[in-house]
Amino acid sequence: MEKRLLKLKVNGQEYELYINPKTLLVEAIRDHIGLTGTKRGCETVSCGACTVTIDDMAVKSCSVLAVQAEGRHVRTVEGLEANGKLAPIQKSFLDHGSYQCGFCTPGMLMTSEAFLKENPTPTREEIKEGIEGNICRCTGYNSIVRAIEAVAKGNYKGE
Amino acid sequence: MIHDFTYLKPGTLKEALSMLADHKDECKIICGGQSLLIIMRQGLLVTDYLIDIKGLDELNYITYDEKQGLRMGATTTHRTVEKSKLIKEKYPVLVAVEGKLASIQVRNWGTIGGNLAHGDSSGDLAPTLIALGATIKLSSAKGSRTIPLEEFYTGLFETALNKDELVVEVQVPFVRPRTATAYKKFNLIENDQGIAGVAATVEVDQSRVCKDARIVLSNAGVTPIVAKGAEKVLIGKKLNEALLAEAAEAVAKEADPVSDIHASEEFRRHLVKVLTKRIVKQAWEEAIR
Repeated sequence: MEKRLLKLKVNGQEYELYINPKTLLVEAIRDHIGLTGTKRGCETVSCGACTVTIDDMAVKSCSVLAVQAEGRHVRTVEGLEANGKLAPIQKSFLDHGSYQCGFCTPGMLMTSEAFLKENPTPTREEIKEGIEGNICRCTGYNSIVRAIEAVAKGNYKGE
Repeated sequence: MIHDFTYLKPGTLKEALSMLADHKDECKIICGGQSLLIIMRQGLLVTDYLIDIKGLDELNYITYDEKQGLRMGATTTHRTVEKSKLIKEKYPVLVAVEGKLASIQVRNWGTIGGNLAHGDSSGDLAPTLIALGATIKLSSAKGSRTIPLEEFYTGLFETALNKDELVVEVQVPFVRPRTATAYKKFNLIENDQGIAGVAATVEVDQSRVCKDARIVLSNAGVTPIVAKGAEKVLIGKKLNEALLAEAAEAVAKEADPVSDIHASEEFRRHLVKVLTKRIVKQAWEEAIR
């Protein structure tokens, strides 16, 4: 199969990849660029572990072709931290112990980040609806909701 | 594993239609791909060419006027429909349905054209749009035709699309006064695909008698099913529990569900019966309001 050149912008950086067009975005990010924070989970658009943002929209990177992200800005969990400082949502997850095994965390963080950008002052119910596309197999949802709530309440402003 | 394919990305609808005409026997259209990529990965679908129309902004629109009703382009995302103030005001049922469709991630990337063309009978959008009286516009390099959405579904994951056609637009007529549409699916996890679902439109006259009705079943057969017998039960009558029960019995007869890992045939028949009572009542009460 004919490979093609793909220019992909991930976390502000331009990458030039030489890929088969069937390459999924999650494969491009993990296997070609080497950013392994984004996880491959169910691969059937169910679990949300592979969530990244494209132009600030949360999407499941297991179900987007890498070529479809060309000309757009992809952000992964590695892009949340800036200048060695964790993003508020990361800090809050840390403070609230919002992980058990940690596998869902990158996806949860990216979904939360996009969700809070869209709705900065959500209710508890809205937060739960907001992370509906992400499964925590350890069922540690309460601490995850608390962490998002804390950011929404402004507890991490100026962090 | 996904089989190799040649990726084609048209810049315009015209270009897309000409690519489709060139490769009609060996190609597949991808828009959002939220269903397509799953079945491709499972090896259920193999194609030589994949034509990606997601980037076609000329099909990404929502327009409305009282004469023509609502028009939505095929590449409009679910999330755009969900967040549209216009649709919330004029067709609130669509916003409600979208809010319970899969997850935010899927709604951000998935498109209404892709959803409808995929032809999954467990979809929520098709039965709701059929209940609203929607039509669908199909185009090929030779021209366009518009057909009732009800006639678009011909079999299990099969549609009336010819090999050289693609879905370009969904049209929903103006909602008449004293008319309301409601939809409800039953599932174990909210936002999951429905184990069975029912969409209903009820139009009443000034004395609250049912003037017209539409009942459409989701995941109760290989295509969305229009329960015409049940509709006849309602027309010319006033709302009461006995009438709802009679319509529900008719729906259970018209449903043609299969048994699978989610539910048995009997359970699905039971579900459409219960949902019909609730949803027809809800639509009726909203129509009277």
